[in-house]
Amino acid sequence: MANAAVVVIGVGNALRADDAAGVLVARRLRPSPGVEICEQSGEATALLEALRGRAAVLVVDAAAGAEPGRLHRLDASAQPLPQRLFGSSTHGFGVAEGIELARALGVLPPVCIVYAVEGGRFETGAPMSEAVVCALPVLAERMTKEIETLRHAETRDA
Amino acid sequence: MTRKTIKVDYLARVEGEGALHVTLHDGAVRDVELRIFEPPRFFEAFLRGRAFGEAPDITARICGICPVAYQMSAVHAMEDALGIAVDAPLRALRRLLYCGEWIESHGLHIYLLHAPDFLGYESAIAMAREHQAEVERGLQLKKVGNEIVQLVGGREIHPINVRVGGFYRTPTRRELAPLAERLKWARDAALETVRWVAGFDFPACERDYEFVALRHPDEYPLNEGRLVSNKGLDIGARDYETHFEERHVAHSTALQSVIRERGAYLVGPLARYSLNFDRLSPLAQEAARAAGLGEVCTNPYRSIVVRAVETLYACDEALRLIEGYREPERAAVPVEPRAGVGFACTEAPRGLLYHRYALDAEGTITEANIVPPTSQNQGTIEDDLRAFLPDWLEMEDEALRWRCEQTIRNYDPCISCSCHFLKLEVERG
Repeated sequence: MANAAVVVIGVGNALRADDAAGVLVARRLRPSPGVEICEQSGEATALLEALRGRAAVLVVDAAAGAEPGRLHRLDASAQPLPQRLFGSSTHGFGVAEGIELARALGVLPPVCIVYAVEGGRFETGAPMSEAVVCALPVLAERMTKEIETLRHAETRDA
Repeated sequence: MTRKTIKVDYLARVEGEGALHVTLHDGAVRDVELRIFEPPRFFEAFLRGRAFGEAPDITARICGICPVAYQMSAVHAMEDALGIAVDAPLRALRRLLYCGEWIESHGLHIYLLHAPDFLGYESAIAMAREHQAEVERGLQLKKVGNEIVQLVGGREIHPINVRVGGFYRTPTRRELAPLAERLKWARDAALETVRWVAGFDFPACERDYEFVALRHPDEYPLNEGRLVSNKGLDIGARDYETHFEERHVAHSTALQSVIRERGAYLVGPLARYSLNFDRLSPLAQEAARAAGLGEVCTNPYRSIVVRAVETLYACDEALRLIEGYREPERAAVPVEPRAGVGFACTEAPRGLLYHRYALDAEGTITEANIVPPTSQNQGTIEDDLRAFLPDWLEMEDEALRWRCEQTIRNYDPCISCSCHFLKLEVERG
């Protein structure tokens, strides 16, 4: 669906406790016409390719933070992502690098919003923090609203 | 006597977590320790008690960049234990899959991890702002590698189509045809890559390495061959543990490998190339010569050129394999469990990857031993720094730190695999 008006990319590893948050939020979102939902591991070049040629992208990911469950909405199309939130990835080359590489190459979508939920633990096989579990429906609800707004804006512009 | 300590909290553009500690005393290098603190991952213990057929999928999880290497060493070792050989078209498909991983892994390392060192950028992102066309070329090249792994392996990361005896499903000639078109572009892009990196400035550093790589009667080595070195080693995978030893060192969670008789050695692109120049395709040989590489390369900084030559070879070889591909009559040869011990070495992008498995009569794994390339290169990385550092002591701290990191990245180290990289600490006294 290359012409989807809005693309949602859930990022994370479902086997690593709170790192699953992005993927689980993406799974909560209902597919609808003009909306494409996909999941990624967070590897920068794969994310870059998923951003390429898109008009509006919402990325949802877990982030390192002191307050598990705390939500952030960052407009990556307006400014670089704070490194402190997205410092950890398996190759030292993750979501923030993928988005900044897209910006450097001039292929960052005109609308690129990153939703992040702060996580407390990222160990393989560990359960998710309760606060993160509670944050998932809230985040899904907020993203659903934004998707609707973007879809209508796209339809109006088209 | 003045004492000075330089610390770098994190070495980027390597896979996994570790640190470098350098102690300088009265203008001399006292100590170099590559400290790997990525936690041990116990894969060999996970494998015990599992069925032989699970090894390719379990070991693929050791690395997100080179899962194919783990799968290939695992299936070859199992097939050695079970006394089976795969049909020729299946062997060709395995080679094609491995070419995909080389293109993907080398593409990532050359363009996004190592080139910024040579061009003076702190990151690939900073480099991309001023070298858009080159970075795009690298990304597209890597993507072609991903496409091969996706098609033959069933998934880009951690492929799921590899099994002991062959594959679960083999592609049709028709399915491979579009890949051939992409590979023709990739081969041109790889040739451009060789020319591009050949123009970088390389520190004049040479070392007398013991190169260790596979050597095959008529192929550039990927899946098969005898284990040879430029200092007289010539053995089968079965004798690996007789000649090589893994040692625990206090500063690293990864074991360090040595050749029992001679100590540290080098695996990876430089070794493969220097021991197998005559096995490269004419196109790759010609590009290497035009890039100023001799048939043997002992300057580790030129490993980026060698990687580019190998990428070109992998594109060339993948095209040859697709053109000659016959659809196999069966996706896998039948496999019957039996008790035995199997050994295999294959050439991961970073170098030799050894697997040994012992199986009981039901085919359950009773023992596993895996020696990844980065643990084999650890000692040589430290020796490079010991050898080169005395000439760099006049450098400003920042430049020195940079050069140390670049030196480590010559090896494209995969720390996650080796225990699996890097804080840098320089202590001047």
